[in-house]
Amino acid sequence: MKNKIKNEIQDIDEISEINEPGEYPRDYMEINFGPHHPSTHGVFRFIAKLDGEKIIKIEPIIGYLHRGIEKIGENRTYVQFKPLVDRLDYTGAMNNEFGYCLAVEKLMNIEAPLKAQAIRVICAELNRICAHEVFFGAMGLEAGAFTPFLFGFKDREMAIHLMEMLAGGRLTFNYFTIGGVRQDVPAGFFKEAKDYLKQFKKNLAEYHELFSGNEIFMKRTKGIGVISREDAIEWSMSGPTLRASGARFDIRKIEPYSGYDKYDWEVPAGNNGDVYDRYLVRMNEMAQSARIIEQALESLPDGDYQTKVPRIIKPPAGELYLRVEGTKGEVGFYIVSDGTDKPYRIKIRTPSFNHLNALNHVLRNSYIADFPLILGSFDTVMGSVDR
Amino acid sequence: MVWWIALLWALLKLMIVFLFIFLTALILIYMLRKVMGHMQYRMGPRHHGPHGIWQTVFDALKLLGKEDIIPDGIDKYVYIWAPIIAFIPSLTVFTFLPFAPKLVAANFEISLFFVLALLGLSTISLLMAGWSSNNKYSLIGGIRGAAQLISYEIPLVLSTIGVVIMAGSLNLTEIVNAQTRIWYAIPQIIGFFIFFTCGLAEINHTPFDMPEAESEIVSGFNTEYSGFRFAAFFLAEFVNLFIICALAVLLFLGGWKPFTNPVAAVICFLIKTYILIFVAMWIRSTFPRFRLDQFMNFGWKFMLPLSLANIFITGLVVLTVDKIR
Repeated sequence: MKNKIKNEIQDIDEISEINEPGEYPRDYMEINFGPHHPSTHGVFRFIAKLDGEKIIKIEPIIGYLHRGIEKIGENRTYVQFKPLVDRLDYTGAMNNEFGYCLAVEKLMNIEAPLKAQAIRVICAELNRICAHEVFFGAMGLEAGAFTPFLFGFKDREMAIHLMEMLAGGRLTFNYFTIGGVRQDVPAGFFKEAKDYLKQFKKNLAEYHELFSGNEIFMKRTKGIGVISREDAIEWSMSGPTLRASGARFDIRKIEPYSGYDKYDWEVPAGNNGDVYDRYLVRMNEMAQSARIIEQALESLPDGDYQTKVPRIIKPPAGELYLRVEGTKGEVGFYIVSDGTDKPYRIKIRTPSFNHLNALNHVLRNSYIADFPLILGSFDTVMGSVDR
Repeated sequence: MVWWIALLWALLKLMIVFLFIFLTALILIYMLRKVMGHMQYRMGPRHHGPHGIWQTVFDALKLLGKEDIIPDGIDKYVYIWAPIIAFIPSLTVFTFLPFAPKLVAANFEISLFFVLALLGLSTISLLMAGWSSNNKYSLIGGIRGAAQLISYEIPLVLSTIGVVIMAGSLNLTEIVNAQTRIWYAIPQIIGFFIFFTCGLAEINHTPFDMPEAESEIVSGFNTEYSGFRFAAFFLAEFVNLFIICALAVLLFLGGWKPFTNPVAAVICFLIKTYILIFVAMWIRSTFPRFRLDQFMNFGWKFMLPLSLANIFITGLVVLTVDKIR
């Protein structure tokens, strides 16, 4: 397997050797996409070599959104760093906070109370719905249909409203604290959340009717951007992108955190690993998230929403890697603590970066018309690629 | 007639057509924004007049008032002529469209043939714009437009032949008059389907808008255009939408039938056309875009045989009916 990928990389290199600047064979056209191309999901840029409408090779260029978050982390206290975590994958901010707070808690050997754990699960799953809603809308745009975009965003708005009730923010929440959540569930949240879930299920059925079964959409996405199970593992993909290739790998299931094992839900997976499967996996994941939220709302325990933590957070010296299932895949935090109130080093593992790695492999020999769909099916967020 | 009276008369006709075109385009743009808006849980334009009816007027004025940007490194004459050539066929076609029994600017024997020929011309402007813009996105868009042309143009023309066989004429007025007993959409249902589908492709309407696929090639052939040159493309697009729907009404939906009173006829014709336009907009807000090779497959392997079969069957039936008589 490794050899196969190696060979492929060599092939690509050979092409680039022939095509030194100034001596391209006349058949190839070099074209620049991004960083402000309408469908590169933010500021991703790549230079594609085209043979007619076929992509021969692409050269991804990243770093337009680099903010040095990891480095900033070394100069901030653990609490001060938390808001920055929101800005990694800004469509799934709660899930980033989730990972970071869990990691610091584990370093300090404390645990959030049961109520806080349940609230966290509700937030994380609401945010997952939001992120997949964005994916759904973007997928529509990339396939050339404008309506799904507005359908998705309208629904997302309602989920955001729920999170706004909890956290006060709409995109970057800063809601989780080390040892719990910032404030209790407000009055009226349960009713609104239940109403929302009811409406959401109806809307999801409508999405499937509008878009999933559309003949043209299926034609456009089936058999496009295929990633085999082995390849997906080799490229260290995770999340829905990996699951669409047939591997039922979900960190919420295999390493349950924050009480995910208490709820009854399934891990949706695909078989073919094409764009359509990745789309369907995300759509089904939304339904599962709604299931989890429903159960969490019903079984929300009484008690504190915060545990007592010291005023200055000083984890003992040590290091650990903790991963959670973010909206796009595995979000991991590797924290090295030297016993002071500032982390010695924070390394963040984000799924989108690994997905972009595979782009050259996947985009080869596909049409330009497929590139927005394939890129969109990875659901990359440049904020989490560049950090 | 004295020559200058003839000239004035022709100019007057042209003015009326011009006015009608501009009005139609403005109404259609407004209608598109409203129809799509309401299908997408939003309002569409709301400011500037009741329900935002002046919005498109101001938009048009804004476009006309913008700076005329001509980028560097372009093929200047081709670049400048492309939007004009996009607009001229649409303008000319209007002179052959009958709106009521005798309300047609120029009535001559083979008007259907001429209209179809003119409609095919608009692709040249795509190619010109794409080629001259010195932009790779535009180039891909223009080439796509040209490549697409072959796969829809032939079924489009062939689908009208069934109607021509039944009506026995290439004159649009005659074709409408032949539909007194039955609208051709019923016996020619296959032809109607092919005509409408290929017609949408002809005007680069949504499932077939590959030349301006915004998610892939930014804005396709008109990426580099702005101001009134862009407005010309934009206008032509909407006028073409009207033309295709009007042609479909004339050929398949009985034109102004059942009315013969000129005023009622015009209103009936416009209502039918606008219903078809609504359907096109409905399609626009529901369907994703085809891929170019898939559309070519669709055109060559499905539409073309279907349209040929349609001609064959129509011819057979018409011949047999004639024999029996």
